[in-house]
Amino acid sequence: MADPMKIRANLVGDETEVKVLMSHEMETGQRKDAQGKVIPAWFIQNVKVMHNDKVVLAAQWGPAVSKNPFLSFKFKDGAKGDKVTITWVDNHNDTRTDEATIA
Amino acid sequence: MMQTKLHRAFAATLFASAAAMATIGVALADSTSDEIAKYREALAEGNPAELWEARGEEMWTKPRGSKQVSFKRCDLGLGPGVVKGAYAQLPRYFPDAKRVMDLETRLVHCMVTEQGYTEKEATKNVFGNGSAHRSDLEALAAYVVSQSKGVAMHVPVDEPHVRDMYRLGEKMFYYRGGTHDFACATCHGDDGKRIRLQDLPNLTKVEGAQKAYTTWPAYRVSQGEVRTFQWRLNDCFRQQRFPELIFGSDASIALTAYLAGRANGAPYEGPAIKR
Amino acid sequence: MNRHSLFRWGAALVGAAAVGIALHGCASAPADDEVADRAAAMMKSSFKANGQATLARLDRDETQRLCSEYAGRPLPPDIAEKIRQANLATMRYPADGQFVGDWKNGEKIAQSGQGFQYSDDPKSAAGANCYACHQLSPKELSYGTIGPSLYRFGKLRGYTDETRRYAWQKIYNPEAFSACTNMPRFGAHHILTEQQIKDVVALLMDPASPVNQ
Repeated sequence: MADPMKIRANLVGDETEVKVLMSHEMETGQRKDAQGKVIPAWFIQNVKVMHNDKVVLAAQWGPAVSKNPFLSFKFKDGAKGDKVTITWVDNHNDTRTDEATIA
Repeated sequence: MMQTKLHRAFAATLFASAAAMATIGVALADSTSDEIAKYREALAEGNPAELWEARGEEMWTKPRGSKQVSFKRCDLGLGPGVVKGAYAQLPRYFPDAKRVMDLETRLVHCMVTEQGYTEKEATKNVFGNGSAHRSDLEALAAYVVSQSKGVAMHVPVDEPHVRDMYRLGEKMFYYRGGTHDFACATCHGDDGKRIRLQDLPNLTKVEGAQKAYTTWPAYRVSQGEVRTFQWRLNDCFRQQRFPELIFGSDASIALTAYLAGRANGAPYEGPAIKR
Repeated sequence: MNRHSLFRWGAALVGAAAVGIALHGCASAPADDEVADRAAAMMKSSFKANGQATLARLDRDETQRLCSEYAGRPLPPDIAEKIRQANLATMRYPADGQFVGDWKNGEKIAQSGQGFQYSDDPKSAAGANCYACHQLSPKELSYGTIGPSLYRFGKLRGYTDETRRYAWQKIYNPEAFSACTNMPRFGAHHILTEQQIKDVVALLMDPASPVNQ
């Protein structure tokens, strides 16, 4: 099971600001190891953020996103105490879901 | 007539552009420095070091080793289990070990004396290499140093053992050796110098030592790992064409005591993020 | 007490303190040697051999010892002269008397930072890593500033036999000119081969080299 994400969600005015740090190798598939063998591609392909049963952000990522990605975004509404749930799925079909409470 | 005029104008333009090129060369390099500084500021918000801090914090409270004991009894100098502000007063002398120790040697000491690891087990993988070869010490260090953020450095340089290591470290800083005659001072002994486009702190001046020491450990983007001061010293010596610095060796402690001591007074800023 | 005499008192106090510090410095000189010796011993016991980087690399020659000892303070002229002479004596020249090689290869050598680290392959050619410390070709923006700019080296000094010879010497053993310089002794320490040094001289001295454009 992959490492937990670090999520911060804060209500600023009428917007919820979300900042999330994900732990992932994000291997491009272009690098070679010391022996000259290609290191296989391994990266997050889909990110989905839910708030109150609504998808507030959906993203499709590729190998251009760097290791241990940091994602920062805002969405309208949200109230203190609401849950924000973030899920990522990578090209190995590994997945991780974490949630945070809006402060 | 027209041709001569054009020819002269062309030559003049060439000359002007050549001169401009040299100036542009310098100016571009300077504005590159500024851009790198802006890039650093943008990165600081999403510092992946926080992932190491989280892992380290979890490790701190978990029972480990053959004795299944946590780090809660580990004394980093402020009492058993006290982490807050601990990094800002290291290295220091520990009478129970009869040695001046930095954070990593002290963590290893706790792992051996309290958790039942052997020295070899505790130092098996000190520098991580990807998610498949993680370093426990790097995660623990990230957590411990994060608890000193904002605390003014106050290494006990007047305590006799630390003072001695400080003076030894100072001598080592100027030790010219190896195939290339490099010492630490070769790169870190002057103001406003850089290797390629990497600015070099002048560690012979207090301001330089303060800026440099308070930003290690750091998440090194190019490595994809949190790196500590032990790693920084090890990697400097590799590039100096010296043999390999032994982890936690006396020389590593002496140099750390010297540079940390010179950083006294400055607020600790780590874990930082670097290229 | 008016401001003028206060100033004189202050100056006298500072003067006395300075003398006190100087005297204290003299008194602790033997202790300083002892710290230096212990530091050297501690260095030896704190490293391990790794690949081509053996512990012998920690053994310092006279130049390294003296430059370590006087680091951070002014080098006495007699010591500087001693170092320059000792290093001038190590100067060797190409058997065919030709100093200038191929600048295209010289540029590759100037760009490469490989060689002699325990992480390097000892079978691969070493570079000189000139760009780490110097500006050379104006096309290369990623250059260091530990050493002076070498842009237009040949053009500014003249394409003469004397300058070609000087360029060779400076690369072979820069300590012969500038005692305790930061620059490595590329020839005397066998970092570069004879042909490689010729190629770097070409980078500096060939009128067609990008350095002289």
